[in-house]
Amino acid sequence: MDAILSYFSSLNPMNFLSQLPGNIAQGIIWGLMALGVFITFKLLNFADLTVDGSFATGGAVTAVLLLNGVPIWIAVIVALIAGILAGLITGLLHTLFGIPDILSGILTQIALYSVNLNIMGKSNLPISNRNYSLVLSSLNNNMAIIIGLGFAAIVIAAMYWYFGTEQGSTIRSTGSNPAMSKAQGINISVSKVIALALSNGLVALSGSLFAQYQGFSDVNMGRGAIVIGLAAVIIGQVLGETIFRKHINFIIRLVFVIVGGILYYIAMGIVLWLKMPTDDTKLFTAVIVAIFLAVPYLQKKSKSSFKKVAKLNAKAYSKEGEKNA
Amino acid sequence: MLEIKNIYKTFNKGTVNEKRALNGLNLTLNDGDFCTVIGGNGAGKSTMLNAIAGVWPVDSGAILIDGKDVSPLPEHKRASYLGRVFQDPMTGTVADMEIIENLAIAARRGKKRGLSWGVKKGEKEKYRELLKEFELGLEDRMSSKVGLLSGGQRQAITLLMATIQKPKLLLLDEHTAALDPKTAAKVLELSDKIIEENNLTALMVTHNMKDAIAHGNRLIMMNDGKVILDISGEEKKKLTVEHLLQKFEQVSGSKIESDRMLLSTD
Repeated sequence: MDAILSYFSSLNPMNFLSQLPGNIAQGIIWGLMALGVFITFKLLNFADLTVDGSFATGGAVTAVLLLNGVPIWIAVIVALIAGILAGLITGLLHTLFGIPDILSGILTQIALYSVNLNIMGKSNLPISNRNYSLVLSSLNNNMAIIIGLGFAAIVIAAMYWYFGTEQGSTIRSTGSNPAMSKAQGINISVSKVIALALSNGLVALSGSLFAQYQGFSDVNMGRGAIVIGLAAVIIGQVLGETIFRKHINFIIRLVFVIVGGILYYIAMGIVLWLKMPTDDTKLFTAVIVAIFLAVPYLQKKSKSSFKKVAKLNAKAYSKEGEKNA
Repeated sequence: MLEIKNIYKTFNKGTVNEKRALNGLNLTLNDGDFCTVIGGNGAGKSTMLNAIAGVWPVDSGAILIDGKDVSPLPEHKRASYLGRVFQDPMTGTVADMEIIENLAIAARRGKKRGLSWGVKKGEKEKYRELLKEFELGLEDRMSSKVGLLSGGQRQAITLLMATIQKPKLLLLDEHTAALDPKTAAKVLELSDKIIEENNLTALMVTHNMKDAIAHGNRLIMMNDGKVILDISGEEKKKLTVEHLLQKFEQVSGSKIESDRMLLSTD
């Protein structure tokens, strides 16, 4: 009993609140990454695991270019292009060689691990805000939040525009109905490659920002990125659909991906504040994603299921039995 | 218009499931022909349509549309010549997209798709007029997701999508088979209307002999991957189901087994 009391008295709400801006900033940065996952997972219906690699690629490219005296904005743009190339490889493995979607992503991801090590020359490169002028940094979380939101606004506006164009529409139709798309003259291989390239470009951009935020690039920084991305996408979707119901539209869905990223990091902040071991954070992430994936399914099931029919009928039969008796 | 020259296609070659689906198929359609296709299960009707559409490459032979050999072209490149309606109402439309978005995608078949808006300003009015003619009330639901529509409505939309950009050839692959009789009749009526108004060349596969006789100016019967009967003009107009069955027996030399043929005569 004493142990529990002393545990709770050791929890200082101020600690949590002081961490909050950092959580929000990280949530926004990872939300950008989740927008990339949204393109493949939601629009293209393609479970792309490249992102674990391309996220780290974004960080690696940024760090190396900075160390070599390249201006930060150019480093960010080159990181984005590197991500686009990574997505291109996954897309070509899938469309040219017929390798299943998950597998082609895994192949690129594992290859990128070596590529990223080669880019950086070692497994960790520090890029301190003190030595370089960075786009954002954890040393100024309020600024990081504002800049992150600026990036999010630009990316969301660009995605809203692109997926409303003739070309963007073909990506949505390819993901939803490839047979129809081919019959309407759409080259679905091209659609897939474009979507994968754009998605991973966005993921690498997020990786670049995250490396700057944390002040270093690490070859392992993308490990489990896909799950965090999915967490943001799914938390955002469940929440957005609960709040807006039928009125949800494309732009709200995109905004809620960022919201999902922020909520995920706040939840992580709570977990750490509760002094749970940091070793368990990945386990915690997996549990969150599993729960949010399961909720819509279970909700649907609670409305109509075989068990429910069995219960209803059992009731009806027992009533009939009483009457007959 | 359409010339199919000596097409062969074998599925699962070299395995126990080997099936010769098209067996030296020849067919020539003239401009404006509306040709119905009947035949038993496995006769090669849908296979012929898939061969024309380029779902897979044929083993040998040529398919000419307006004199151009399209047999080396992949499916999405042939799409500019073809309008297609499938048996499964789910196949022809994108459930997650709005009616108007589906129509806009179809309106750009065979054209370059660039970075301008997917649905332009003037398009809405144009599609509204076209949908109005269907008398299904869809013109007031253009922003609804297609997934919310019934099978018949989706099939009607697919029909409009197939013809919104006038195709050189319209392929209807048992497009009413999955619908209830009343809806099927409505969709068939729409098909007739669209084909006539646009003076389209069309191939319509059906299991229903009466439909095959009542619609179009020409009827072919397939068996074993080949055309075994080709009736058009005055002869087609006078055709009855009994007459058709008789003809089949003459040509194939065997008595028709309606079970195997799976042809409905009502």
